[in-house]
Amino acid sequence: MSSVSRPTGAGYARAPASGSPLPALPWLPKISTSKPTMRHVISLLLENEAGALSRVSGLFSARGYNIESLTVAATEDPSMSRMTIISIGSDDVIEQITKQLNKLVDVVKVVDVSEAAHIERELMLIKVRATGKDREEVKRTADIFRGHIVDVTESTYIVELTGDPTKLDAFIGAIDRTLILETVRTGVCGIGRGDRILRA
Amino acid sequence: MVLTGAEIVVRCLQEEKVEYVFGYPGGAVLFIYDELFKQDKVRHVLVRHEQAAVHAADAVARCTDKVGVALVTSGPGLTNAVTGIATAYMDSIPIVIISGQVPTAAIGLDAFQEVDTVGITRPCVKHNFLVKDAKDIAPTIKKAFYLAKTGRPGPVLVDIPKDVTAAKCEFSYPQSVSMRSYNPTVKGHQGQIKKALQLLLEAKKPMIYAGGGVVLSDSSERLIRIARMLGFPVTNTLMGLGGYPATDKQSVGMLGMHGTYEANMAMQYCDVLLAVGARFDDRVIGNPAHFAQVARKIIHIDVDPSSISKRVRVDVPIVGNLPEVMDDLIRLLEATTERPDREALDTWWKQIDEWRRRDCLKYKKSDEIIKPQLVIEKLWQVTNGDAFVTSDVGQHQMWAAQYYKFDKPRRWINSGGLGTMGVGIPYAMGVQMAHPGSPVAVVTGEASVQMCIQELSTCKQYRLPIKICNLNNRYLGMVRQWQEFFHGNRYSESYMDSLPDFAKLAEAYGHVGLRVEKPSEVEDALREAFRRKNDLVFLDFQVDQTENVYPMVQGGKGLTEMILAPEDL
Repeated sequence: MSSVSRPTGAGYARAPASGSPLPALPWLPKISTSKPTMRHVISLLLENEAGALSRVSGLFSARGYNIESLTVAATEDPSMSRMTIISIGSDDVIEQITKQLNKLVDVVKVVDVSEAAHIERELMLIKVRATGKDREEVKRTADIFRGHIVDVTESTYIVELTGDPTKLDAFIGAIDRTLILETVRTGVCGIGRGDRILRA
Repeated sequence: MVLTGAEIVVRCLQEEKVEYVFGYPGGAVLFIYDELFKQDKVRHVLVRHEQAAVHAADAVARCTDKVGVALVTSGPGLTNAVTGIATAYMDSIPIVIISGQVPTAAIGLDAFQEVDTVGITRPCVKHNFLVKDAKDIAPTIKKAFYLAKTGRPGPVLVDIPKDVTAAKCEFSYPQSVSMRSYNPTVKGHQGQIKKALQLLLEAKKPMIYAGGGVVLSDSSERLIRIARMLGFPVTNTLMGLGGYPATDKQSVGMLGMHGTYEANMAMQYCDVLLAVGARFDDRVIGNPAHFAQVARKIIHIDVDPSSISKRVRVDVPIVGNLPEVMDDLIRLLEATTERPDREALDTWWKQIDEWRRRDCLKYKKSDEIIKPQLVIEKLWQVTNGDAFVTSDVGQHQMWAAQYYKFDKPRRWINSGGLGTMGVGIPYAMGVQMAHPGSPVAVVTGEASVQMCIQELSTCKQYRLPIKICNLNNRYLGMVRQWQEFFHGNRYSESYMDSLPDFAKLAEAYGHVGLRVEKPSEVEDALREAFRRKNDLVFLDFQVDQTENVYPMVQGGKGLTEMILAPEDL
């Protein structure tokens, strides 16, 4: 609250005087509070109910957690949704995020899939101007990135591209920025490799 | 049996053995009120403002082991209730709030008295529901009570549109609840409990730090048992007062921002800390970086995993219901003859006694002017330390916490987490309803009390003989204290001019009002108030305007950087 700095002279409670059975308060060097932050892929299963999404997103905004992306859709069991959240934070923050998510009554399970081997995919649809020599160039670049052209007009292409988010970024970087008319990305969905299975 | 939605609501409350519902009628809940009228098992208490309804329901939950229930109408009824709901949420109090909603077909059309109830309350409830079909009412209310009471308790809201209360459907009350997404941990991890035991037995400078969880889970006796077997000092948080008897020799009093010198010093310098049902919040440990400067092993028992390692890193986390975990710990302690090092413990107690000799709660007595601390001390004497005490928020709350020595759990009712001014009278209403015949005192100030003063009318209607001790210093005392300490004595908007004559005001509501001006009159006034068993007595104590709460740890400072007296300023 108040940021007025107060004198630290006499009168403040100090470590016990010498002769006391306790050691004097060790005025240790300041502990650094800035902890390294990491990108995490958090997967959750939640009840497919009205309001469940807003409980999750509300938690992130209320507690000041970071959301890079959030995707959600029903699973093979229509009563349950699966959500993937990309968040950036220190280990402490990510631990709190998973605990707080677990506490939500609609949330069935939470896993940080980025703790071990996993797969991430994102889909992008990107509409680009495709006229003159650019038409050939965009086609070539899309091929290199294993994208598909899913819509063609005289002057535009829509390229569909799937991959991890860095690949999509790389595609955007690879084509002439002035050609881009629109981009839309789904956000990342993630899944653990092999035997790591997230089920209710 | 085919019933209307409204009948089902009332039947559900009967099935849950709810004695009192605190509420206020309105358009969206008229069918429910009609059904309340036709029965006499559930008693409705008509408050004067919805905020008070939720506070009173909250108080019932705090002073008994029941779930409190409030009933409000849509729109403003609900928004008025939000402060009460948030108050209960911050202190993990199990209550169920039933709110009316506009008819289903009108939702989203900006109908009269419509608000997005589920949206508005979402951040301050444990869970909430919008019931869209009469057949869902009974299962939802069953779930609401189950959610409120189990795991980490909290408020649960059920929003019911008016047409749903009119619709008819078959009624049967579910016997049990099963939710795949909600399975709070009950038993603690046995390996962790063994690790905790080992640490406790090896401790040389141990400390037990007990929070509101001990009171709420009725684990007070288990705590006493553990403390006795180990011989460790115990400190209580503001919410935990009464969880360990304050007059016991092992108690070092409350800790935190206005905690005792000995509690804060022992908390800082202990080598093994057993935290039970507490959450290391900012008012308790001050600056976490400062707290972390002393190496100590921390064992933390809590039902809510997210409370563990939130602000302070913990060495041995134990997630589980306190009664179960503490019983396991007691069993292990009984099974071993090993006990902590006696000699080290004696040295530690000697140090604690040295800290106690600072006598940090000493204050300057006066024959001229009433010292607020004196009122609390006398209240404690007059009630033999056995009253239910509710408080509002501010200096008076801290003095009540410091000077009324609570020896039993569920006797101290206050808003710890949210710090809601105005809770005092409504809390006392709930407590007096739940414990008719028991002495109930409200410790309040002239600012807080005015935030729900209209409830004096409710107290008259239901003949609630609570005793209100108004520590009247004509200032927003705690604000003034901060302004004095940290804002160069600039008392910005903290002085209240044109206060009512509280004694006369109480009389206008049909109660007894007394103005007390001299220290010598304090005890007699209190005795007179408690002698009047059937009257609400409003005692307006004119207290020292300049008195401050000591000790004090400034926000952001370390726990041991206490201001102990005016000389420290």
